[in-house]
Amino acid sequence: MAIPISYSLRNLWARKLTTALTAGGMALVVFVFATVLMLEQGLRQTLVSTGAYDNALVIRRAAGTEVQSAVDRTQAAVLESRPEVALGPDGVPLVSKEVVVLISLGKKGSGKPSNVVIRGVGDAGLTLRPQVKIVEGRTFRPGSSEIIVGRSIEERFSGVALGERLRFGMREWTIVGLFDGGRSGFDSEIWGDADQMIQAFRRSMFSSVLVRLNDASAFDSFTAALTDDQRLTLEAKRETVFYAEQSETLARFIRILGLTLSIIFSIGAVIGAMITMYASVANRTAEIGTLRALGFRRGSILLAFLFESLLLGVIGGAIGVAGASTMQLITISTVNWQSFAELAFSFDLTPGIVFAAMTFAVGMGFLGGVLPAAQASRMAIVDALRAA
Amino acid sequence: MTDVIVRIRGLAKSYRRGGQSVPVLEDLDLDIRSGDFLALMGPSGSGKSTLLNLIAGIDKPDRGTLEVEGVDITRLGESDLARWRASHVGFIFQFYNLLPVLTALENVELPLVLTSLGRRERRERAELALSMVGLSDRVKHYPSELSGGQQQRVAIARAIITDPTLLVADEPTGDLDRVSAGEILDLIGRLNSELGKTIIMVTHDQRAAERAHSIVNLEKGALVRAT
Repeated sequence: MAIPISYSLRNLWARKLTTALTAGGMALVVFVFATVLMLEQGLRQTLVSTGAYDNALVIRRAAGTEVQSAVDRTQAAVLESRPEVALGPDGVPLVSKEVVVLISLGKKGSGKPSNVVIRGVGDAGLTLRPQVKIVEGRTFRPGSSEIIVGRSIEERFSGVALGERLRFGMREWTIVGLFDGGRSGFDSEIWGDADQMIQAFRRSMFSSVLVRLNDASAFDSFTAALTDDQRLTLEAKRETVFYAEQSETLARFIRILGLTLSIIFSIGAVIGAMITMYASVANRTAEIGTLRALGFRRGSILLAFLFESLLLGVIGGAIGVAGASTMQLITISTVNWQSFAELAFSFDLTPGIVFAAMTFAVGMGFLGGVLPAAQASRMAIVDALRAA
Repeated sequence: MTDVIVRIRGLAKSYRRGGQSVPVLEDLDLDIRSGDFLALMGPSGSGKSTLLNLIAGIDKPDRGTLEVEGVDITRLGESDLARWRASHVGFIFQFYNLLPVLTALENVELPLVLTSLGRRERRERAELALSMVGLSDRVKHYPSELSGGQQQRVAIARAIITDPTLLVADEPTGDLDRVSAGEILDLIGRLNSELGKTIIMVTHDQRAAERAHSIVNLEKGALVRAT
């Protein structure tokens, strides 16, 4: 028979300060742990939601990123005529031939320069990306020196407000609209007309071609056709896969760094919990003897102390997760190592992360409590009673 | 003639101290009758507490048999012995040994947690036991809010709640003033005379021992005189 749970609960309550400090230590570790997972999740979320499943992005084989890729006009024309490509209501293929260039802009406040993606898009560019919506002003007119700016760019960089003029590619460009990319990577881009960009940057080739497939299952025959056609040194990826791969290096770095830190911190928290629990056992030696004399078994003593320590973990975990959830209000930006451009993203708390963080916290409680609890259960009754 | 409830034969116990074996009890024989009120006396180190611990089943002898109601408890395994203690022994300690985080009622109820009784019945029995020791108005008090004498009365309520075969008391008045000690001894005496409880009490206090029906004197691990 188990010792009543209220006994463990009230013992934690009776030592409020010690409990608060120990749980607080654990909460900090859980906070770091959860925040890192949220950061990684936010980054993946941002880049994955950048793509649509039935869109295929075509770049030069082995290019890896759009910036490094080149697709010439002939190749683009071949792609456009593939039967797997969906047609718009006007019978025109849903294809956006795009050019991606990096420019440097000064950040708000510090004025420090950072890389920004300039994307020249084709006529279907906006149609292919339904998550992108103009929130202020209007879209650019094809054939003009007009550009539209992503929400995150407008927030973080100076000189990019509606109506302002931006100088790059040996031209002045007028900002005629602001767009919301639906928390995707497009929020961190500036868009204009692809043909104008190619001229301005003295390019002869596009960077990538984005096509809408007839249906998502046409992807396999589309890639097969690309491989078979000797004229095309290109490869196609589902847009979702392409952007997920873009996040891989940075996401993995955040994960490894964060988890390493969490593990190192957690050793401290576990030792803290262990000291608390050893002190608790030492203070209650006579109580342990009494409980055993009354007929409670070693196992019950072990469970009561272990439960107390697990509870410390749960309290710490709950505080840590609650703290981490406030991080969702914050948006941060960093350079994506694959595209070399600034990317803004936020912390994203998922049920999976809450579960992982709470498991981590309970795990710390278990590790901190198991040795003291075992010590408590091993005491000889007569020796324990003598401590009264 | 009442029945013998505790039958001790050839009981021996020694402790190891600094690599040497120090005998505490040597070849001890003792019978305790049902309904007896026995005082164990003797100087410090005479082995009286050790004998009480052995009878209560919280320590194991080196040799000998110790039968309670015909069951040789020296042969019981650890978990059987725990179960045996829960149903056969009520403990009264010198320092009361109440759990500070539990109320008087919860302390008294604690041994019943080991039984199959429901929560409601446990509470009712605990309240009854507290009223028997005159603490009906202290049910929700924590031990720190009670005087020494009151704490010992809670401990006595806890000791009798399971209706045990034996009540063992180790210096039950050792931490109390004269008045409180007298009240506690009255209470223990009534448990014996009114409820017929078999009580074994270790004490230094001659006045406490005088309340008992019989006194067993221990000296250097052996019985010197039994009255």
